[in-house]
Amino acid sequence: MTQITTANTVQMTMIQAINDAMKMELERDENVLIFGEDVGHNGGVFRATEGLQETFGEHRVFDTPLAESGLGGLAIGLGLQGFRPVAEIQFFGFMFETIDSIANQAARMRFRSGGKFHSPITFRSPYGGGVKTPENHADSLEGLMLQTPGVKVVIPSNPYDAKGLLISSIRDNDPVIFLEHMKLYRSFRAEVPIGEYTVPIGVAKVVREGDDVTIITYGAMVHTSLDAAEKMEKEQGIKAEVIDLRTISPIDIETIVKSIQKTNRAIVVQEAQKTAGVAAEVMAQINEEAMLYLEAPVLRVAPPDTVYPFAVIEDVWMPTPSRIIEYVNKMMNF
Amino acid sequence: MSQSTVQVYSDHSKVLSILDKDGKIINHDLFPQLSNERLIGLMKKMVFTRIWDERAIKLNRQGRLGLWAPVSGQEASMIGSEDALSIEDFILGSYRDIPQIVWHGLPLYQSFLYSRGHQHGGQIPEGVNVLMPQIIIGAQIIQAAGVALGFKLRNKKNVAIAYIGDGGTSQGDFYEGINFAGAYKVPAIFFVQNNQYAISVPINKQTAAETLAQKAVAAGIKGIQVDGMDVLAVHKAVSDAAERARNGEGPTLIEAITYRYGAHTMAGDDPKRYRNKEEEDEWKQKDPLIRFRKYLNENGLWNDIEEELVIEEAKKAIAEGIKMADETPKMTIPTLIDSMFEQTPLHLEKQKAEFIAMEGN
Repeated sequence: MTQITTANTVQMTMIQAINDAMKMELERDENVLIFGEDVGHNGGVFRATEGLQETFGEHRVFDTPLAESGLGGLAIGLGLQGFRPVAEIQFFGFMFETIDSIANQAARMRFRSGGKFHSPITFRSPYGGGVKTPENHADSLEGLMLQTPGVKVVIPSNPYDAKGLLISSIRDNDPVIFLEHMKLYRSFRAEVPIGEYTVPIGVAKVVREGDDVTIITYGAMVHTSLDAAEKMEKEQGIKAEVIDLRTISPIDIETIVKSIQKTNRAIVVQEAQKTAGVAAEVMAQINEEAMLYLEAPVLRVAPPDTVYPFAVIEDVWMPTPSRIIEYVNKMMNF
Repeated sequence: MSQSTVQVYSDHSKVLSILDKDGKIINHDLFPQLSNERLIGLMKKMVFTRIWDERAIKLNRQGRLGLWAPVSGQEASMIGSEDALSIEDFILGSYRDIPQIVWHGLPLYQSFLYSRGHQHGGQIPEGVNVLMPQIIIGAQIIQAAGVALGFKLRNKKNVAIAYIGDGGTSQGDFYEGINFAGAYKVPAIFFVQNNQYAISVPINKQTAAETLAQKAVAAGIKGIQVDGMDVLAVHKAVSDAAERARNGEGPTLIEAITYRYGAHTMAGDDPKRYRNKEEEDEWKQKDPLIRFRKYLNENGLWNDIEEELVIEEAKKAIAEGIKMADETPKMTIPTLIDSMFEQTPLHLEKQKAEFIAMEGN
C-alpha cells in the first residue's frame, strides 16, 4: 500500500505511480480510455490498472479479446473518434502482433491525412529482463521503434518519472510507446507528488554528476550503471556522470553533448543486444555533434547479438556493474 | 416496410437478389423503398463511375494518374452500398474503394491527388466521414471496430463500414476485427466485395469455406450473401444491416458476389495470365449497369438522352478534377517533415534546416 510521508508526496513503487497517472488522466479527460488484455476487472497481469474499472466504469476501462493486432486497430479507430486511447500490450514481446497498427497506421496517420487525422495513442507495455519470464516476454525491442518515424518512445527508470512521463504521453497528440521495465515495477519506492505533474518527453536527465566519464543509459540499466559508478568512485576515484535518457526517441543529444564537453569520454549501456538500437544511435549522434570533445572512442556495453536467452542465463547475459567498469577502464586507459 | 434481409439470408442457404440479369424483379417483397429520384440517382452514379474508371485507366497509361485499381463490374456493390449509408456514417475503404469515398464526399480532384501520391489527397474535408484508402489488407477491419466502438461509446446512431476483398478475408486482422466487433456488439458493417480473385489467386484457392459470409458465424455476427451485380439487392442489404446496427443489434458481414472486368491495378497486372475470356464474358452478361438500365427503361425512368448527359457530365467533372489536381501546389520535404508530429521535434527541425540549406524548399 502507498504510505503518505509528507503532505505533498507519497512513497510509491513504479507500478503504483503508473496506476496513479492513469487515474489522474481518466479523471481529467473523459476521452481517455484504457483497454487491453485483462486490464479490466483483473486490473492487469501486473495490476497496473487495478481499481480503475471499478472507479471509472467498463465504458472507460475495459478488456479486449486476446488479439494484439485487433487492439492496435481498435486504438486507431477510437483515436479517429476523438478518444485518447491508452492501450496495453500485455508484454512488449507481443508487439510484433501490433506492429502494423503502430508503424504502418498510427505513425503515418498525421502524414497520410496531411494533418487532418492523428493517433493520440499511448501504447503501454511491460518489457525487460531479470525477472525470469518465459520466452518472448523480456526482450528489449525498443531499438526497432527507433526506425519508426512518427512515434515517440519513452522508458522511465523510476516512479517519479514514470508518473510524469505517462501523463505527458497520454496528453501527447501523437503515438507514444511507453515501456515499463518489469524489474522496476516493485523493486523500490520513491517520493511521488500527489496530484498531476508532467515530465517532458524528449528530455534526458543527469542522475549522477561526475567529471571523468559520461555513462548514457535508460530503463533498468540506469540502476546498474549507478551501481557501477558508485563502485568506481569508491574503488578507483573515477567520477562518472550518469545520464538517464528517459525518452529514447527522440534522443536528447543536447544533454549528452553538454556532459561530454565536461567529461570528454562517453559510454552507452543498454540491455538490448549490441547491434543497431539505442546505443548505436547515440554513438552516431555523438559522432556528428561532439567528436572533437572526445579523448577516446565511445564504447557500448550491451549483451551479445543473440536472441534474449532463457531465464537461467539472463543475469549473466545482461550488462552487470563489473562489465560496465571493465569497459570504462578500457576507455580511461585508451 | 419489407422484412429484414439480414435475418432471412443469414442462414447462408441463398444469395439475396432482387433484379435478375435481364432487369426483371424476382423478389418483389424485398424491393427497397426508394423514390424514383433516388433510383435514378443510383444509375447516374453507376454510369459516372464506369466513365471515371475508363478515363482513369487511360490517364494512368498516359502517366497522368498514379495508383488506380479498376472498378468496372463492381459499380453495384460500390454505389449500392455507399448510397444506403447516411452522411454521418464512416467509411474505411481499401485502395479500390475510391468511388465510395468520393460519393461520400471527398472531392474528385483530391482522389486524383491521392492516386498521384500527393498528401492533399488524404486531407479529408471537414464533415466528410471517410478515412484515406487503406493499403494494408485487413487493417481497415480492426480500425472499423474501433470507429464503431467510438460511435457506441458516444451514443451516436452512426455506422462504420469497412470494405475488403475476397482475399482480405484470409487475413488475421479480418478475423480479429469481426470478432472484436461482435464481442463489443458495435454498429459496424463489413462489406466484402468478392470479385473472385485476389490479384491472381482465385477464390477456390483462397479458402475452403463455402461462402465468405459464413465466416461471420465464428465471430457470432450475422452474415449474408448478396448479388453484387444487383444494385438494388446491395442497397437493401446495406440498409438493413445499417438499421440493425443503429438499433444496437450489432455488426453484419455482407459478401457481395461480383467481378472486376479490368486488371487488379494498373501497375502491370495482366488478367489474361489467370482467367479466360469465356469467364469474363459470362460475368459481363450480369453487368450491373445493363440490368438496372433495363429496369429503369421499362419503367420510364431512364433513356439514352439522360445517359448521354451523365456521360458528358462525368467527362467534364474528370477533366476539371485533373486540372485542379495539376494546379495544386507541389508537396515539399519541409511540409513532409512537419507532418510527422504535431510539434516537430528538434532533431527533425535540424534535418529540415539542413535540407533547406542544401536543396531549397
